Amino acid sequence: MSNKPYVREVSKTTWFLNPQQPRYKRYMAREVTCIFIGAYTFLLIVALKRLAEGPDAFQGFLNALHSPLGVLFNLAALVAAVYHSTSWFNVTPQAMPIQRGEEFVPGNIIVGAHYAVWAVVSLIILILGI
Amino acid sequence: MSERQIQLEVLRYDPETDSEPRFQSYAVPCKNEWVVLDALNYVKENLDTTLSYRWSCHMAVCGSCGMMINGEPKLSCKAFIREYSDKIRVEPLANFPIERDLVTVVEDFIAKLTRVKPYLIPKEDKPISAGEFKQTPAELMKYKQYTLCINCMLCYAACPEYALVPDFIGPAAIALAHRYNQDSRDGGRDQRQEVIATDEGVWECSFVGACSEVCPKHVDPAGALQQVKVASTIDWYKEHLMPWVKK
Amino acid sequence: MAKSNKPIFWGLFAAGGTVTAFVTPALVLVTLFAAMKFSPDMFTYENIHAFAAHWLGKLIIFGVILLSLWHAAHRLRVTLHDFGVRADGAVAVIVYAIAGLGTLMTLVYLLRI
Repeated sequence: MSNKPYVREVSKTTWFLNPQQPRYKRYMAREVTCIFIGAYTFLLIVALKRLAEGPDAFQGFLNALHSPLGVLFNLAALVAAVYHSTSWFNVTPQAMPIQRGEEFVPGNIIVGAHYAVWAVVSLIILILGI
Repeated sequence: MSERQIQLEVLRYDPETDSEPRFQSYAVPCKNEWVVLDALNYVKENLDTTLSYRWSCHMAVCGSCGMMINGEPKLSCKAFIREYSDKIRVEPLANFPIERDLVTVVEDFIAKLTRVKPYLIPKEDKPISAGEFKQTPAELMKYKQYTLCINCMLCYAACPEYALVPDFIGPAAIALAHRYNQDSRDGGRDQRQEVIATDEGVWECSFVGACSEVCPKHVDPAGALQQVKVASTIDWYKEHLMPWVKK
Repeated sequence: MAKSNKPIFWGLFAAGGTVTAFVTPALVLVTLFAAMKFSPDMFTYENIHAFAAHWLGKLIIFGVILLSLWHAAHRLRVTLHDFGVRADGAVAVIVYAIAGLGTLMTLVYLLRI
């Protein structure tokens, strides 16, 4: 080893903006979905609170939700949630490979099964909720 | 023979005279079937004998010619010139200190590799007369993918968490620990867990997934690390919530 | 070097990531429709209350909210580190405290229904 190796510094705050590594931005987009998932969960908690307080309070919650801000927030949360779901399901074969005998179950079958269950669960929620 | 003139921009650093690296450009007449390593060899033989870089096999087996090509970690022996434009930028592997030109300091990786005990630790010592350790094809398949690692360190160059936290043991070393943990002949998992089930071990990983995307041998270190996380989490819950269950 | 205690939170993060991946987009669609007032007889007090009044409904609501909260909290901890916030200990206390508070609130409101 030479006695003067050169260390290239990486910015701790802007590393993901590296124009040659677009995958870093995709990763950060995936991570940032948690802000929307978290905020949306607190919206659900508020809904639960108003639900516990009775019909009038719950109607008040619905009226507050019926606003440009409410629609906008739900739209943003929808984009984030869908991005989270797809990015989550797409890597399931890596995290949980399934071996049958000598061969591994092909990744697209594992991912496909998740998408199928996702569709069924979503349908049930929409039928129950609407 | 089709030939194409390309501009090869190489990051140069001479520790004796330079305070920081600088790019040097070479005009290289490349044949159609050339890889970036061929272009570097052309420079070394015909244009500039002072250029330093590592290479050996020229066939993606030795793992020594990894470098950043247009910002992406690549084996220069697998990076075909025809897939690039007329200007190609070559830098030493990211996240490693530069020793000289394209040669990096790799001692950190070697030390981490040693720490994870990447070799078989049999459950019990058997005399040779007791015969071989047998393994079924299915048991072999369980870890075979991870044996393909050639220690080229492209995964470390791709990993932002390694860049941010240099103590992180990193993709290849943990994937290799996983390879031996998955081996039916091995009994060394407890010893390796002491090293990899730590904050600087697998828990520094946030599953960016870049390591697997750049791996020239399709080892999928990112997958290995997630599997280590799942197994370590099950360990933790067993140890703390069900202490009466023997490991 | 000691073994990490991150598995407690990672276990919740992973379980929560899976649950939110399955249910959150559809849940958001429901509240989005409610916010846009697509139809007056959806997301009504009667429907939601009937669901939340049943013990199984309570259990599902609690499970989904708990896991969503802890999923988001743990990922936020990692994300803040990626944005360069290096006070990981303080960040962990804050994000997990928020998740804990949300969990507690959910429990209280559910018991009141």
